[in-house]
Amino acid sequence: MPPGDRASLWNAVSACGNWSGQFLSGAGASVTLRELAGGSSLGGRAGELRGRSVLVSTRDQLTAALALIELDGVARRLILCPPDFPLEHLPVVIESAAVDAIVSDRTTPDPDAPPVGCFITCRPKIAPPSEDRRAGRQTEWILLTSGTTGLPKLVVHTLASLAGAIESGSTPSPAVWSTFYDTRRYGGLQIFLRAVLTGASMVLSDADESAADFLIRAGAHGVTHISGTPSHWRRALMSGAAHRIAPQNTRLSGEIADQAILNHLQSFYPQARVVHAFASTEAGVAFEVNDGLAGFPASLIGGGTGVEMKIEDGSLRIRSTRNAARYLGPKAGPLFGADGFVDTGDVVELRGDRYYFAGRRDGVINVGGLKVHPEEVEAVINRHPLVRMSLVRAKKNPITGALVVADVVLKTGPATGNGHAGQLEQEILDFCRGVLPPHKVPVALHFMSDLPVAPTGKLVRQPCVTSS
Amino acid sequence: MSIRSEILSQFHQVAKEQDKRLANLADDLELLDSGLDSLCVAIVVSRLEDSLGIEPFSTAEDTGFPVTVGEFIKFYENAAR
Repeated sequence: MPPGDRASLWNAVSACGNWSGQFLSGAGASVTLRELAGGSSLGGRAGELRGRSVLVSTRDQLTAALALIELDGVARRLILCPPDFPLEHLPVVIESAAVDAIVSDRTTPDPDAPPVGCFITCRPKIAPPSEDRRAGRQTEWILLTSGTTGLPKLVVHTLASLAGAIESGSTPSPAVWSTFYDTRRYGGLQIFLRAVLTGASMVLSDADESAADFLIRAGAHGVTHISGTPSHWRRALMSGAAHRIAPQNTRLSGEIADQAILNHLQSFYPQARVVHAFASTEAGVAFEVNDGLAGFPASLIGGGTGVEMKIEDGSLRIRSTRNAARYLGPKAGPLFGADGFVDTGDVVELRGDRYYFAGRRDGVINVGGLKVHPEEVEAVINRHPLVRMSLVRAKKNPITGALVVADVVLKTGPATGNGHAGQLEQEILDFCRGVLPPHKVPVALHFMSDLPVAPTGKLVRQPCVTSS
Repeated sequence: MSIRSEILSQFHQVAKEQDKRLANLADDLELLDSGLDSLCVAIVVSRLEDSLGIEPFSTAEDTGFPVTVGEFIKFYENAAR
């Protein structure tokens, strides 16, 4: 590392030195680390982005990955925009993060997006590098998560906090990493950083590719380590192409891993280590569980592994150097409690000598990795002229982890008679389908005479993912 | 109603609700080629739990996950025994 140079992704790629064919592979193109170390995916224009707050907004994961490697330590901020990010929230992000440059795989700016001073196109085609590659600063990495009102939250990390759980030299060479996740989200970014910082290869998924095609491609590249949510894995096992990979290590995170999916994975890949991990965008990577059992050993609480954990008011709280630094934006609340711990909002229950995850305290429902805030769905149902009030909750599901169901109180009293209730249910659901994306539409309505209201005047939400 | 006809009827019902084009449901058709995405399959499983009273995915640990329509039906028929 030259004098004054900081640790950066670029330095990790350059320092790798003896590349034996390490690559980053997307659905449409591949780039070797050797090519990347000797050139630029930004047309040699990275210098123009020095010190800027750069929104990385590409459809394709490979172009985003290349831009991140090139700009870490150069840009002041890197804002990672997931591909499905709603355009209407872009102005809030641009203002909150003081974005003054956009890197995109488009050749011209999106006419519907707010104009920003500098626009640079990124391609998986490597051009001669810019002259000055020194990492002059510690770049802030900004991840976007969805907040209660549907507005995005901007979560500030550094390379150090993101990479806190990654041990160099911890993977056998030559490892080939992959993940079903998008690398612009925390779970996918972890795998991307693991690959780059340990000098390994990586196969990137693609939103337009079927699970089967992705598995075939990952298998052709000899994937050794692969991660995803339990929903990703269930979909993979039902794709007919799960046998196309032979991983040494499979990892689950992002949703509750139940015993059935752990057993299914272990029996399908008997040679693989099946690990499930707990991490969140705000709290960072907390722990991994290697014993093949759901939940986690109670002994992890208060254990001295550099990550402090405690349970308070039923939810898991975490303090470590892997925590995010803060939320960004004028209306952003605090990320930490007064005690310096991040409240994950994940409710855990102690049974025997293990803790088990029981759902979200705020009632947020995780449908196949997509968050659903109950209030958003209730607001739509409540707009129906016959509805007095509604309570949206999770119904456990073995394919997507959970689905959305709703308890509904009508203005006219409970719907009676199967025919009438069925017709009204369809009418309200059709109304929801017209407004909400499919994963947010309840799969069933239950007509009730009343709903429990707490002394605070708020609906009583059950934190548990109920089975009925 | 037999388990098979209940399952096929739910496939049609969910495809209609979710505005999906359903392929001809032959036994050897792969589920993910049926025109239903994983959210649709999740909804079918949820409805079958209500109508048949079984949810074999969380309990069957020795058999693999069903890949084709025929395997899916057999998965439920075995669980009902």
